[in-house]
Amino acid sequence: METTTLTAKQEAKEEAKQIKKMKRSETWRRTKRNKMIYLMILPGLIYFLIYKYLPMYGLIISFQEYKPYLGISGSEWVGFEHFSRLFASSEFWMIFKNTIILFGLQIFIYFPIPIIISLMLNEVRHSFFKRGVQTLIYIPHFMSWVVIVSVSYVMLTLDGGIVNAILEELGFQNINFLLNEDWFRPMYILQVIWREAGWGTIIFLAAITAVDPQLYEAARMDGANRFRQMWHITLPAIRNVIIVLLILKIGDVLELGFEHVYLLLNSSNRNVAEIFDTYVYVAGLQQGQFSYSTAVGFFKGGVGLAMVVFANWLAKRMNEEGIY
Amino acid sequence: MAQRRISTGSRVFDFFNYFLLALLALITILPFIHVVGSSFATSAEVANTKFLLFPTDFSLKAYEYIFSTNTIFRALGVSILVTVGGTLWSMLFSTLTAYGLSRRDLVGRRVINFLIVFTLLFNGGMIPTFLVVQQTGLLDTLWALVIPVTINAFNMIILRSFFLNLPPGLEESAKIDGANDFSILFRIVIPISLPAIATISLFYAVTYWNTYMHAILYLADADKWPVQVLLRQIVVLASGMNYDAEAYSDVPPPEVTVKMATIVVATVPVLLVYPFLQKYFAKGALLGSVKG
Repeated sequence: METTTLTAKQEAKEEAKQIKKMKRSETWRRTKRNKMIYLMILPGLIYFLIYKYLPMYGLIISFQEYKPYLGISGSEWVGFEHFSRLFASSEFWMIFKNTIILFGLQIFIYFPIPIIISLMLNEVRHSFFKRGVQTLIYIPHFMSWVVIVSVSYVMLTLDGGIVNAILEELGFQNINFLLNEDWFRPMYILQVIWREAGWGTIIFLAAITAVDPQLYEAARMDGANRFRQMWHITLPAIRNVIIVLLILKIGDVLELGFEHVYLLLNSSNRNVAEIFDTYVYVAGLQQGQFSYSTAVGFFKGGVGLAMVVFANWLAKRMNEEGIY
Repeated sequence: MAQRRISTGSRVFDFFNYFLLALLALITILPFIHVVGSSFATSAEVANTKFLLFPTDFSLKAYEYIFSTNTIFRALGVSILVTVGGTLWSMLFSTLTAYGLSRRDLVGRRVINFLIVFTLLFNGGMIPTFLVVQQTGLLDTLWALVIPVTINAFNMIILRSFFLNLPPGLEESAKIDGANDFSILFRIVIPISLPAIATISLFYAVTYWNTYMHAILYLADADKWPVQVLLRQIVVLASGMNYDAEAYSDVPPPEVTVKMATIVVATVPVLLVYPFLQKYFAKGALLGSVKG
């Protein structure tokens, strides 16, 4: 009795070993067979290692007093000095607040707009009309931020801009949109909406096409009007996509748009317009404080990553799909 | 489709829906029409007309002015070179990587995918990236606008999802015929993936054409500036109020029409290719597959 179980156990062990071996040789065989595929992805991999992962390694200079001529290996270690300097700086809270507010505008004002436009486009029955609207509202996405900001500039300037001309015509005071602190945030978010809201519909429209038309039929039978159909059928159907995009958007706190904000920034609106990205640029590349500005960027990137992880965790807790 | 009774409520809904969408499309596009219209007007007309869309007093003065110097030709030349060269460069490596990673039997595929997706969530940031660009000897060369952005992870993922959805039988039969992986990719996979290739090429081309940030980060030499930097220079030159304005020379401020015309020149190439490629992504199916 005893021996049989023992041998059975041993046999099972042997078998497991055998399977492992076979699996390993199978893996090896597959690896060898795909030599050429590895060759194909090699340049891409090298690119990511050099231009994405090497800079991540470079983040360690935020714990050093980096001197270009000494390099990473020769520069002096200073621990968290740059971080404490950042948190103690009087500018920190101003920049932090500005970054958070722009982020909030992106999430609460911009984000719902493409969803609403998609729902509206989905209700259009004449496909030529739908396609025409789509074609037009996608266009600004393909314009550079320089063009978007320049077009806004020539329209908003006090110096013959069309918007102030209209205001004057209507008997209002001129507004110096470009230099006025109060107008920076509205201008920022309106430009984001102008450039991205149309293009943002693509992914939602794609998700909507997957909705079973019978659901609408059934809802109509039950007397649901168009709003109720939108609310109870279309919206729940694209819920997953909405959540995934929201999580990605939260990750975008990383890339709030250095280029966009930098183009709008000037010495008059700096109090509301300076964000981490622009601060890193000025402190790092214009003033040469490599280590300090890297610490600022590291802090921002870390917060961004933490927020994505948190948002994803939250989504999963609520039984949603998440991004990973 | 079954006969459907259209209720009054539904009609009202349609009316407002169509009206609002038309309004949205109009608001989106009017600023551009204003700029194009003004660029072809005389300065006097621009100054006197409140809301100029189509000029009555047609003039090419602004264009004559900007094309009278070498600067714009040089900037356009740089932009065209970077756009054409960069798009080919990026497409080559993106396609190779995407195809390789679309092969389900590839050992280590998950790890590599993760490494690439992770770069979307976290990166070294501006300064460490600058230092790598500097140490790889790209500063002040046009390569600095291309090599550091060789592969856009999003674009690569879209391509990969497209390749993943191709019928697997294609490769099998080609393999039996003795074709190697490279010839499968270039002779079979790419030709049947043209809509995806065209769309992603457009994305890259637009990104390269619109490049601004990398130019101001990596190129100190004004002769190498692409057209977006020049546009910025011409539009903010007059005000001297922005951070970067001081960096620009002290030429007299250009007229409004010149600014408008420069915006048009910096935009037109994108608008020219857009209608041809628009049909591919209007379907949306391609981008719908991003996730996964």
